[in-house]
Amino acid sequence: MADDANVGVAGGRKSAAVRRAIRTELAVGGRAGAARPRDRGVPMVALEHLSLAFDVPILEDVSFAVHEGDTVCIVGESGTGKSTILKLILRLLVPERGRVLIGGDDITPLTFEEALVVRQAMGMVFQGAALFDSMTVFENVAYPLREHTQMSEAEIEARVREKLEFVDLDADRVMEQLPSELSGGMRKRVGIARGMANNPEIMLYDEPTSGLDPLTTATITGLILKLQRELGVTSIVVSHDIRSVFRMASAVALLHERRIVFFGTPEEMTASEDPYVRDFLGGF
Amino acid sequence: MSVLLTRINDAAKGKILTLQEYFVLAGKSLRFIVARPFYGQDVVQQMDEIGVRSLGIVLLTGLFTGMVLALQSSVQLKTFGATMYIGNLVSASMIRELGPVLAGLMVAGRVGSGIAAQLGSMRVTEQIDALNTLGTDPIKKLVTPRVIAALVMLPVLTIINDFVGIIGGNIIASFVVGLPSAQYWRTVWDQIASDGFTLRYLPNDFVQGLSKPFVFGGLISITACYFGLGTTGGTEGVGQSTTRTVVTSSILILVVDYFITQLLLSVLTYG
Repeated sequence: MADDANVGVAGGRKSAAVRRAIRTELAVGGRAGAARPRDRGVPMVALEHLSLAFDVPILEDVSFAVHEGDTVCIVGESGTGKSTILKLILRLLVPERGRVLIGGDDITPLTFEEALVVRQAMGMVFQGAALFDSMTVFENVAYPLREHTQMSEAEIEARVREKLEFVDLDADRVMEQLPSELSGGMRKRVGIARGMANNPEIMLYDEPTSGLDPLTTATITGLILKLQRELGVTSIVVSHDIRSVFRMASAVALLHERRIVFFGTPEEMTASEDPYVRDFLGGF
Repeated sequence: MSVLLTRINDAAKGKILTLQEYFVLAGKSLRFIVARPFYGQDVVQQMDEIGVRSLGIVLLTGLFTGMVLALQSSVQLKTFGATMYIGNLVSASMIRELGPVLAGLMVAGRVGSGIAAQLGSMRVTEQIDALNTLGTDPIKKLVTPRVIAALVMLPVLTIINDFVGIIGGNIIASFVVGLPSAQYWRTVWDQIASDGFTLRYLPNDFVQGLSKPFVFGGLISITACYFGLGTTGGTEGVGQSTTRTVVTSSILILVVDYFITQLLLSVLTYG
């Protein structure tokens, strides 16, 4: 396995067929991540028998699929590899065994440069928002547009305003502020606005509600639901917050000892007789 | 015994892997200089950070080094009645060695640590991962502009450092030793001319004095970016990366300076 995020060492074998397929996919509609109808039968994201180890095994034989418009929440104890799954989907990490399919295309053999193109079809919201602290809110949200589109400055400003308003922020007030001047909840919302700036088909969230008060937690959960309902975005959420998970999940994946021990709807989870599932849910 | 051998083996592998990653980073950052997209605004911003904002410490370092060099040498030269050669000594020392090395060490301390801290903070707050997920190569966006800026600005800083150092020598020569300024500057030029020329017009001292900071600029920026991007362990890790950057860059400057000098002395024709 190779950690491309460190020094950008390109990993994996080149496959001309895969490159063509991915580029064709991204070119449809003339912009990265444009939502379009897709056969329900082909999952937007599919993990097939993924295994990963650094010095010790992290994940073993992890498989599940996420269909268009669904929100799958990954839960589990700390250190079980939940965030690692997001990095595998983004191809920031390469599995030792198994495949990651985005819209039916295997992204595991892509080179580092090819993976950068595929990532443009996905939006990611980090635990700490990961806003660029040397840039204003406007520059943060505009960043993917300036990098990957030919939009004019006026179009970019209109898109940034639209996204900031979608996440219930007063664009006029926050656009010129630096991330350090924002509250935790506002930073998370700006992170969501930046993640969705390119209109991605897939949104990934790493602990979107951690460290937030109950009211802000409800707001962020509501925003994820709004993205799913109004824009049909496919979402994968890593979270510890079971209440929020049950509110937004189409399906829940429970990780335990490097494996998925449960995958099903929230109703199926609460009805489960599995001792570990019952232990995990505790008093909920 | 076998445990000891295994440990030595693992340590050796670790060092080789580190070197490999360092050279991969260096290769990529240099290759991206001619690859689209170009981050021109970032390059200008880094030139300001590395060059303009380092001017103060470089001026002070150069001035006082030139002054102390003139002062120390005047004591020795006086015993031979050769104080008129202060200009030769100060200019040769500043242009060939002290200018490039001191500018390099100052920039390693001020800029290298800054780059490592900035990139380290970006690493631990997931901003590097964010760049990756937004489809940007962090090396192209963060490393290459810093490398270009250092390659350009370190020679510029060195020229300023040399010049100010020679002026510092002039101050001491005039006001302490009593050597007329005109004579001092004539000996400075005599020294530069006596060391020969490359391609007929380019003084050998300048070739030596300007090729070094060019290499040092690359070493400092790539070392700082390497440790910065490799930061782990939160804010404590950022501190460690900063320290490693300054120590490693400083050692590299001194070691590489020796080898460049050795190489240039064998290539350039002096006298």
